[in-house]
Amino acid sequence: MTTRSVGAPVARSEDPRLLRGEGRYLDDLGHDAFQIAMVRSPHAHARVLDIDVSGALEVEGLIAIHTFEDLPPRLQEPLPLLLPHPSLTAGRTQHLLADGEVNHVGEAVVMVTATDRYAAEDAAERILVEYDPLPAVVGPERARAAEHAVHDDVPDNVAAHLEQSIGDAPAAIGAAPNRLRFRLDIERSASTPMEGRGTYARWDGDDERVRLHTSTQAPTSVRAAVAAFLGLQLAQVECIAPDIGGGFGVKIMHPWPEEILVPWAARELGHDVKFTEDRREHFVSANHERAQVHWIDVGFDDDGRVLGLDVEFIHDHGAYIPYGLIVPIITSTQLIGPYKLENYRVVFDSVYTNTTPVSPYRGAGRPQGCFAMERTIDRIAAHLGKDRTEVRSVNFLQPEEMPYDFGLTFQDGRPLRYDSGDFPASLEKLKQLVDWDGFEERRAAAEAEGRLLGIGLATYVEGTGVGPYEGGHVLIEPGGTVQVSTGLSTQGQGHQTVFAQIVADELGVDLADVRVVTGDTRRFPYAVGTFASRAAVMSGNAIHLAARRVREKALRIASEALEVDAEDLELADGQARVVGSPDTAIDLKVVATLSNPLRYAFDESARIATQFANPGKEGQPPVTDDDEPGLEATDYYSPMSSTFANGMHAVEVSVDPDTSDIEVVRYAVVHDCGPLLNPRIVQGQVLGGVAQGVGGALYERMAYDEHGQLQNASFMDFLMPYATEVPSVDIDHLETPSPLNPLGIKGAGEAGVIPGAAAIAAAIEDATGVVIDAMPISPSQLHEQRLTTAQDRPGDTT
Amino acid sequence: MSVTAGAHERIEVEVTVNGVPRAAEVPPRRLLSDFLRHDLRLTGTHVGCEHGVCGACTILLDGAPIRSCLAFAVSVHGRELTTVEGLAADDGTLHPVQAAFQDQHGLQCGYCTPGFVMSACGFLAETTEPDDDEIREGMSGNLCRCTGYAGILAAVKQAAGDLRASGADPRSQHQPEDDAFAGRPGGEHGPAGGDGGGEVPS
Repeated sequence: MTTRSVGAPVARSEDPRLLRGEGRYLDDLGHDAFQIAMVRSPHAHARVLDIDVSGALEVEGLIAIHTFEDLPPRLQEPLPLLLPHPSLTAGRTQHLLADGEVNHVGEAVVMVTATDRYAAEDAAERILVEYDPLPAVVGPERARAAEHAVHDDVPDNVAAHLEQSIGDAPAAIGAAPNRLRFRLDIERSASTPMEGRGTYARWDGDDERVRLHTSTQAPTSVRAAVAAFLGLQLAQVECIAPDIGGGFGVKIMHPWPEEILVPWAARELGHDVKFTEDRREHFVSANHERAQVHWIDVGFDDDGRVLGLDVEFIHDHGAYIPYGLIVPIITSTQLIGPYKLENYRVVFDSVYTNTTPVSPYRGAGRPQGCFAMERTIDRIAAHLGKDRTEVRSVNFLQPEEMPYDFGLTFQDGRPLRYDSGDFPASLEKLKQLVDWDGFEERRAAAEAEGRLLGIGLATYVEGTGVGPYEGGHVLIEPGGTVQVSTGLSTQGQGHQTVFAQIVADELGVDLADVRVVTGDTRRFPYAVGTFASRAAVMSGNAIHLAARRVREKALRIASEALEVDAEDLELADGQARVVGSPDTAIDLKVVATLSNPLRYAFDESARIATQFANPGKEGQPPVTDDDEPGLEATDYYSPMSSTFANGMHAVEVSVDPDTSDIEVVRYAVVHDCGPLLNPRIVQGQVLGGVAQGVGGALYERMAYDEHGQLQNASFMDFLMPYATEVPSVDIDHLETPSPLNPLGIKGAGEAGVIPGAAAIAAAIEDATGVVIDAMPISPSQLHEQRLTTAQDRPGDTT
Repeated sequence: MSVTAGAHERIEVEVTVNGVPRAAEVPPRRLLSDFLRHDLRLTGTHVGCEHGVCGACTILLDGAPIRSCLAFAVSVHGRELTTVEGLAADDGTLHPVQAAFQDQHGLQCGYCTPGFVMSACGFLAETTEPDDDEIREGMSGNLCRCTGYAGILAAVKQAAGDLRASGADPRSQHQPEDDAFAGRPGGEHGPAGGDGGGEVPS
């Protein structure tokens, strides 16, 4: 009997291929393609006065040089603004190649095509671009001060101003018995997947079609963009996301200039063309995130209940705003977390700076929102001298209040409405997991050893499974293989395994017989993309629905063939068989063969199927009006609203009193994303997220100087954690189902990263007594702060 | 004369890769990583930073791990190289280190994985009975952005036990018929087992 695989920690079917070195990542394709190298701006802000290519012309292997002037009119148009919003009144997007002005270091100015990357770089470095440098605007506050403008026609540097509110926060704060006001900062960071961006295009002149492979989280949208820019019909463009070496958000940006330029060049040159980004290029030309400055004004009662919360923040979206306001809107709405805020006002300005543009990085505005809210709760607890878990408890939205509509608009344009969750139970689990109540003993023991130990926690709620839709296609081949496809692409989330589990259960087949293809527009042309922790929820449910249709059809055909009632049949072990009488059975591959009235006896299934040959019903054609040949189905899942996962992290840190070195000694996670399709994969997602959270809290920052030069554009200087920097993590799960989708699931992809900075800041503060209001923090920064704090209150008696 | 004279001068490089003699004419500045990937078409070796930090391009040179992005192809003329393609058995059965990575969910996107696998093979050849701290230290020359390393560390621990049990040299191609791993599937759907305890799956 086929065992149910959904919910089991099934090993990943992706792995053997990847482990043997048989993965096909972007740069593994197209060995004979011409290669692109870009001349990129060394200035953060400058006019381009002249481009002299003469020195490059003799480079052996040079194929072509293109500047903005060399592009056809359609390719001289700026990139589309993907997600317009009524409040985004001054949206500006980049050109494929700079049009007389550069606005960040790394902006593409000249495209060089050569026989290989070495030659392309040789030529690129011989191209002389004359710049007239302009003052650079760096950092959200300098942007807001508007001493200089990034774009001449946006003198205040503000692309968007948005305010949302519930109740009357200023009045509630004014009337509250306690009030605190403070500022909180989060610096820039970035996804930095191990594989950078890359695009490879083949133009087939005979068929007049382009086949594009690109390392993207949104292949169907790249396809549409390429068709539009190149003046092609959609049917002339195929877009495939091959194996992708990590995304974490940055590859949802689309189209990148190169995703248009590469297929265009392939058509122009009549030859395959490829762009493979190098690491430095990735640092300066692939998007960043996170930088925000927040001002908090909170009023609360003597129990710590938040009576009114007023948040103003500046969001640094960099030189352009191709992805709209998604990140600051998420901060605005998800800042609330698990708390029942009845008076809340949030206002933000999204501002231009002469730095790399911003689009979502795993967490997408939530780490900042979580930092703002959780630091606020900690301040309230400190002010009142209360336990931090108590103050959280009095503010929790209770499980019986779900679903709960806050009266705000979420990133998907729909109401912010929590569907389910049990925050008090999660907190109780977390306290047990980390032994919260036993901490003071541990602190005392550490103190005796001369170590400063501190504990902190942070909670979050994450809107996942954002619409509008995904689709799935399921097909049982006459050979017995089950083919499954969905349009969104995969960057390591184990979709091949999880989607196969869903289908195997529904069809009663062995996992090994299910083949899953993601991110290939030849197989499934409709999709939204992989972001917002949505793939399992959206494509998982769509595939589930499609498999259910196939199941129904299989049962119908089997019931006709076996002349038994469909209700007496089950699908198991690759057969349709009579319940309780498994000898009366028919293989699914035979059912698949039967589903097609044309069947030559090419194989055993077809020979068996002829036994059941049905001449068709009297007076009806072989394929009836309500039927179609083949044992396959397509279905879509489109939710009314997002489903909200949640979780809580607790962290213990040890701080060296002499050096302020910070070590995470304990990290506990309680996570609720509904029922787990594959616990092993969910755990992997959480652990990976935690590592990024630790990196974002203690190590990773984009260190721009005042001229807009990124000072740490390498893995040598941008400190991504190695194994030695990531703590062991204890995980516990709640499984509160979502009422919104057939599988009852919620997304898990981003969760792990969200509360890292908030929880670690709280633990450092608890260890040292220094108020932590900006992250990330290095040991030297902490040391400075400890010295300053000690100076400020030499006779501190509080 | 071309401004890049010298860039197209070509030198014959002969190496043994995964036990097979290979040769190609390449420019003197050709990186070893590019030579493997684009001249020999062994694309299992990945490139993540090209400045020697991330370790994705790790291979074995005469049995010792090196970063192939920091070496020129011409500098390894006459030497023996092992890449990730050289570990699994001829029938595709995974090498104990590879199998442990699957068992312990030591990979997600798979991009850094060949580098980790090769580093682990080099590490386990030197340190046959590593404790947890030694494993963490031994694997700290490679970057992974997906996993948070927990699965990788558990995989190396499992592999250490499996290799001790079989006595195989971790730097050699897996020979399933010669050791306790005979019959292990390792195909598209390997066993879900593996608890990190270092026991050889039955």
